[in-house]
Amino acid sequence: MKIFDHITRRDWLGANSLALLSASLSSSRASASNAGDPTWPVWDNHCHLAGLPGETPVERTKRLVELADRFGIERLVVFMGWPFSYNPPPDEFRRQNDQVLEAIAPWPKRVLGYAYVNPNHVEESLEEIARCIERGPMVGIKLWVARRCHEEALDPIIQMATRLNAAVYQHTWLKVDGNLPGESTPMDLAQLASRHPRARLICGHAGGEWESGIRAIRASKNVHLEVAGGDPTAGIVEMAVRELGAARVVYGSDAPGRSFASQLAKVLGARIPAPDKKRILSANLREMLGPILHAKGLDS
Amino acid sequence: MNRPIIDANVYLSRWPLRRLPCDRAPDLASKLRGGGVACAWAGSFDGLLHRDVAGVNARLAHACHTHGEGFLIPFGTVNPALPDWQEDLRRCREQHHMPGVRLHPNYHGYTLDDPRFLQLLRRADEARMIVQIVLTMEDERMQHPLLRVPHVDTAPLPDALQDLPDLRIVLLNAFRSLRPHQVRPLVEAGRVHVDIAMLEGIDGLRKLLNDVPLERILFGSHFPLFYFESALFKLREAALGGAAIQTICWDNPASLLSEGIPGRR
Repeated sequence: MKIFDHITRRDWLGANSLALLSASLSSSRASASNAGDPTWPVWDNHCHLAGLPGETPVERTKRLVELADRFGIERLVVFMGWPFSYNPPPDEFRRQNDQVLEAIAPWPKRVLGYAYVNPNHVEESLEEIARCIERGPMVGIKLWVARRCHEEALDPIIQMATRLNAAVYQHTWLKVDGNLPGESTPMDLAQLASRHPRARLICGHAGGEWESGIRAIRASKNVHLEVAGGDPTAGIVEMAVRELGAARVVYGSDAPGRSFASQLAKVLGARIPAPDKKRILSANLREMLGPILHAKGLDS
Repeated sequence: MNRPIIDANVYLSRWPLRRLPCDRAPDLASKLRGGGVACAWAGSFDGLLHRDVAGVNARLAHACHTHGEGFLIPFGTVNPALPDWQEDLRRCREQHHMPGVRLHPNYHGYTLDDPRFLQLLRRADEARMIVQIVLTMEDERMQHPLLRVPHVDTAPLPDALQDLPDLRIVLLNAFRSLRPHQVRPLVEAGRVHVDIAMLEGIDGLRKLLNDVPLERILFGSHFPLFYFESALFKLREAALGGAAIQTICWDNPASLLSEGIPGRR
């Protein structure tokens, strides 16, 4: 276990073991480091402003960054404002994107933004992508549950995001008790990917029921699997790496609804090689966002 | 004096729906020991669906003994919906010297106002055994379509505990179905404790302290169904002081155990 890598069993079984735990807990890098490589950066692909304390976007982001510091998380991606809205009209997703623009402004490299758009309003979504990404600082789009993503109506949105090298984050879930009417499945995303082989697609939440989700996108080589937002069920990352390869798996937390703790545990607790963990924790997202970050001067 | 961790929520044997990375007892024990766990309270996945509960408990006791006496502490299954469950409880106490039992009311099809459950609580109280009640095992949205199991409804619990002020209750995996403020009246209803395995949300442990006294919180990982590190990292995220961590990880569970394991000194 990485958090205890520097603690031998003899140490641990000694009388002062809890002090060692405390020391380990207080070392912000300890969980994300391994012997010989003390700097494992973590990029978190999935955070929200809703649910954080604070009156303003900046106050909320400040708290998010403070908590991220406890795990040495280097960069955070934030999308959507508050309150959450399943099918926001254009005025509402613009307002929520304004909240995110305000949130990321003080930390232009530390905190990145994805623009929330709604494929039930394609023209307005395209305008919002132009405002927030083409002319603004954001680096991706967030698609949630307004409309299932396999529909061809989404094509102009995906084409524009692809032209801008922006990430396309699609929430996906397979719920045994039934999805929301506009909620995409990972199979929907695979369909979308087949029409857009150059798009930088992210399968959010690993499809929820991840054993099927991983299979659903296995053949879609331009789709990354994001492990955020479900229980820390053992085996998810091991199966993802086995079936997709470590290069297609991305870490995210879904904070503040989920804890950094439970979500980092999926990667750090997985029985996979250390280089794969490092890749999942940051390198894959860094590579995916590399061109757009470079274009915006946010890559260093 | 500083102590390592007592984990109140681990399982042996096989999760019915998939193999888990550490579901072999030697792997599980090794992982826990490597994580600083000095003692883990172990139930059996077999207890969810098997009807031969006596066999489940015998295997659990043997596995715990094999992988370190005093390290894995068996918490046997009792299903009061089965005939002669009283004998299972007696064997847990007298034959296997278990300090407590782990109940799965939702998998076994009874509610917390069922007279059989109430009788089980009384018998456990008489035997001075800890009663763990598991409120859920997994996210209800991700269950197998042929094995959809609802969360345990805890509404009847305060009434059930009304005449049992000394009975030690541990609610495991409470926070999938309950928010901290909903746990408060349960904790106040008796000697009720909760573990942190399914506690979620950023800085969740620190927030939990607004509703649940520190003395009622236990370290529980739900390992190996969950990654062990999840519970461990929650301690870091909360940034509590060493004394609070020790209370959760050691003092509270040790205090519960200190009231004795039947048949042992």
